Amino acid sequence: MSALAELQTQASARTRIPRAERRRLNAKKRWDNSGYLFLLPWMIGIAGLTVIPMASSLYFSLTKYPLLKGPTWIGVDNYIRLFADARVWTSFRVTFTYVIIGVPLQLAVALAIAVLLDRGMKGLSFYRSVLYLPSLLGGSVAIAVLWKAVFGADGVFNAFLALFGIHGMGWVSNPKTALGSIILLHCWTFGSAMVIFLAGLRNIPTMYYEAAEIDGAGPWKRFTSITMPLLTPIIFFNLVMQIIAAFQSFTQAYIVSGGNGGPADSTLFYALYLYKNAFSYFQMGYAAAMAWVLFLVIAAVTGINFWLSKYWVFYDA
Amino acid sequence: MTTLAPLAPPAHRRANHTSVSRRLTSVAKHLLLIVVAVTMIYPLLWLIWSSFRANGEIFKNTWLLPLPDFGNLTNFATGFTSFQQMTGYTYPFAHFFLNTLIITVGCVIGNLATCSLAAYAFARQKFRGRSVMFAVMLLTVMLPGHVVLIPQYIIWNKLGLINTFVPLILPKFLAVDAFYTFLMVQFIRGIPSELDESARIDGANHWRIFSRIMLPLMVPAMATTAIFTFIGVWNDFFSQLIYLTDPKKWTVAIGVKGFIDSETGSNYGATFAMSLLSIVPLFLIFLFGQKYLVKGIAMTGFK
Repeated sequence: MSALAELQTQASARTRIPRAERRRLNAKKRWDNSGYLFLLPWMIGIAGLTVIPMASSLYFSLTKYPLLKGPTWIGVDNYIRLFADARVWTSFRVTFTYVIIGVPLQLAVALAIAVLLDRGMKGLSFYRSVLYLPSLLGGSVAIAVLWKAVFGADGVFNAFLALFGIHGMGWVSNPKTALGSIILLHCWTFGSAMVIFLAGLRNIPTMYYEAAEIDGAGPWKRFTSITMPLLTPIIFFNLVMQIIAAFQSFTQAYIVSGGNGGPADSTLFYALYLYKNAFSYFQMGYAAAMAWVLFLVIAAVTGINFWLSKYWVFYDA
Repeated sequence: MTTLAPLAPPAHRRANHTSVSRRLTSVAKHLLLIVVAVTMIYPLLWLIWSSFRANGEIFKNTWLLPLPDFGNLTNFATGFTSFQQMTGYTYPFAHFFLNTLIITVGCVIGNLATCSLAAYAFARQKFRGRSVMFAVMLLTVMLPGHVVLIPQYIIWNKLGLINTFVPLILPKFLAVDAFYTFLMVQFIRGIPSELDESARIDGANHWRIFSRIMLPLMVPAMATTAIFTFIGVWNDFFSQLIYLTDPKKWTVAIGVKGFIDSETGSNYGATFAMSLLSIVPLFLIFLFGQKYLVKGIAMTGFK
């Protein structure tokens, strides 16, 4: 066979076989590309509501932007001003206190109660429901309003203290205790974490405990050597997500302080100060810079959390 | 027999002893749980009780007894009158409820429709860039909303959509709640792929597989998404505060906030009554949706 003939057969083969093949491939491609159609809403959302706004907010953070006038480029001035702004530091202190005390405390209470609610315990579903209810309502304005009254000078909390002969004070109007009452509100909503832990506890095989008991392990030993290690992935997941959420908390502080973060800026959460800059003082550029700093702080803390998890989170094989 | 006799009583006594101590621990446990439960629930009961008590009485007697007259609706009437002046509506609170309901239901529908579509694509379809897009989607779960807040506000403002529900509802139709998308992806991954493969051999396209096979199987994940979206949007305050400044567009949350800011806001009875009304739907979800709530939380709390 000559080289030419060989080429011809090859060429015809290239056109002949692919015809059927191509139809199959086209159908496959159409089959696969329909994924883009399913994702279309998400792609519009990610572009229009996340990526482009993120880029613009980065740009706005480098401008002076009074809402009605439009942006003028000022470089990194907003960031310089931000680090010199005493109220920014105050709001960081308030927010970090809330995150560092509130989140672990709430998770610890949730875990303790979940462990107490043994499996098969009488009245389990009753307790679970009652203890869960606050976390369903806790984010609402109504509960923040209630909280302000409960911890007010003549509120329920002081009436309770009076039973023990303790003379209380106006907890939300005292700069030393106002933040504490908001942290307590956060702890009050431990129910949903408790339900997660309960489900996690149920996944631990009973035979682990039986074996430990035979080996003479007491309740505390069983808790620290079986329950805790096996729950660490769930604890970690909830810790990470809750910390991210806690950095952004706003409603409770806004309502309890009447929108100003008082008394004496003691409940000036970062998100609240950001809101005020944007929507009370209409400094859009400065608020955008604050948002970016918050974003970086949350990213850093989350990163540290993941790094630390190597040392305490136990992943079962 | 005689050798066994001395052995039997201690064993018996020991068993008795442990059962007594077990019972004691159990009683102590229940006592502790009851104390915790009462402490937790007391503020809520006080909220309900105070809504029916005369304004002057609320802080004089912070206990539950004597029971208030639950037929006394003075506080509610005071609240409504104050809202009438603010909004100009005859039934202001009905409007607040309706506004909140429109937003909430709109958001639920949006999340159900678009998160499930996106989840199906991520879990079951192959296309270029899928893994990158999936990673981006996961990252947005952790993205604080503040970073996009100001440009979004400026856009809605330029479009003249402040004081409409569009900025609150439309984003949910673009699958922005990545958390629910992720939840559904995990759920779909748990569904055996033989089901859709056999449907594919029978000539079904993706839309058919999604709508006829996946959606009916995804009911638990959809119920979880619906219920948590409802709770989240009903409790939302921040975005409603920013986008709804006209009292006629207020939701219940902004209504309560507006109430505290008003002159009547110093009337605690009325404030409590309005607060209580604003969370009635959440109580209803709690009463009738418990099963889904508990299952849903367990589903969302794991990885």
